[in-house]
Amino acid sequence: MNENLFASFIAPTILGLPAAVLIILLPPLLIPTSKYLINNRLITTQQWLIKLTSKQMMTMHNTKGRTWSLMLVSLIIFIATTNLLGLLPYSFTPTTQLSMNLAMAIPLWAGAVIMGFRSKIKNALAHFLPQGTPTPLIPMLVIIETISLLIQPMALAVRLTANITAGHLLMHLIGSATLAMSTINLPSTPIIFTILILLTILEIAVALIQAYVFTLLVSLYLHDNT
Amino acid sequence: MASVVGIFSHSSVSVPVKDKKLLEVKLGELPSWILMRDFSPSGIFGAFQRGYYRYYNKYINVKKGSISGITMVLACYVLFSYSFSYKHLKHERLRKYH
Repeated sequence: MNENLFASFIAPTILGLPAAVLIILLPPLLIPTSKYLINNRLITTQQWLIKLTSKQMMTMHNTKGRTWSLMLVSLIIFIATTNLLGLLPYSFTPTTQLSMNLAMAIPLWAGAVIMGFRSKIKNALAHFLPQGTPTPLIPMLVIIETISLLIQPMALAVRLTANITAGHLLMHLIGSATLAMSTINLPSTPIIFTILILLTILEIAVALIQAYVFTLLVSLYLHDNT
Repeated sequence: MASVVGIFSHSSVSVPVKDKKLLEVKLGELPSWILMRDFSPSGIFGAFQRGYYRYYNKYINVKKGSISGITMVLACYVLFSYSFSYKHLKHERLRKYH
């Protein structure tokens, strides 16, 4: 039980080569592009969804921040599709690997911060000290704000990893608990099965929300720094 | 399969005379037919591209595409992942002796 609980999180390999690369390349195949104005149903639905999310996300940025719109929209689409595909049985979710989330979080955060420091250095440094702090508290508060800035990429990556991993693990555990209960005490199985169904609905929501949160925070860091 | 060089996204391409489709090849000719295929990287990529567009034009790029177009892809993905993790799943069978 202990060994196979975490077996679904091992990165799959074909003869030692990482097959995780192939699995990461799967979501783009499900989102076709088109050169026509009026498309088939699938592309029309996807374009409508993308337009909705991009408008919602990019209204709060100025012109300079909107140059990042392609990056942010593709980020949210990638995370959302990868998380949703991971809810299928037996599939491997790349976003459960901390390495991949760090690879996504650190460059985006660093890009936003460095852009802020290069263009408006006074504004960027002013974030380290909130307004109206009493004078004796200033040194400590600067240290705390620096730490809270430096921890942002780690928090981004770990938040996504932990949420998705925890959700998958819970579903695994409750699923095997349902199976075990069916032999021990049959009348209580529907209760646990209902819990499983509710969890699945929650997982679908979490998959989408985590994508949104990730992207929203990156765009927030961007807004601070443009 | 038509052996076409370049982007292939629709069906109006001509088939050269010596290339026959797989279902038209007689059983005795099978080894020579396999050897005639293009196994270079661009040939393999072209095969994947043709396969993708064949599925896409049949099930998705139609006026009233249904949900089964994408559901078939996801079902194949599930089966593929199952076969991948069969080695681990073997030990989880509900049997007394493994």
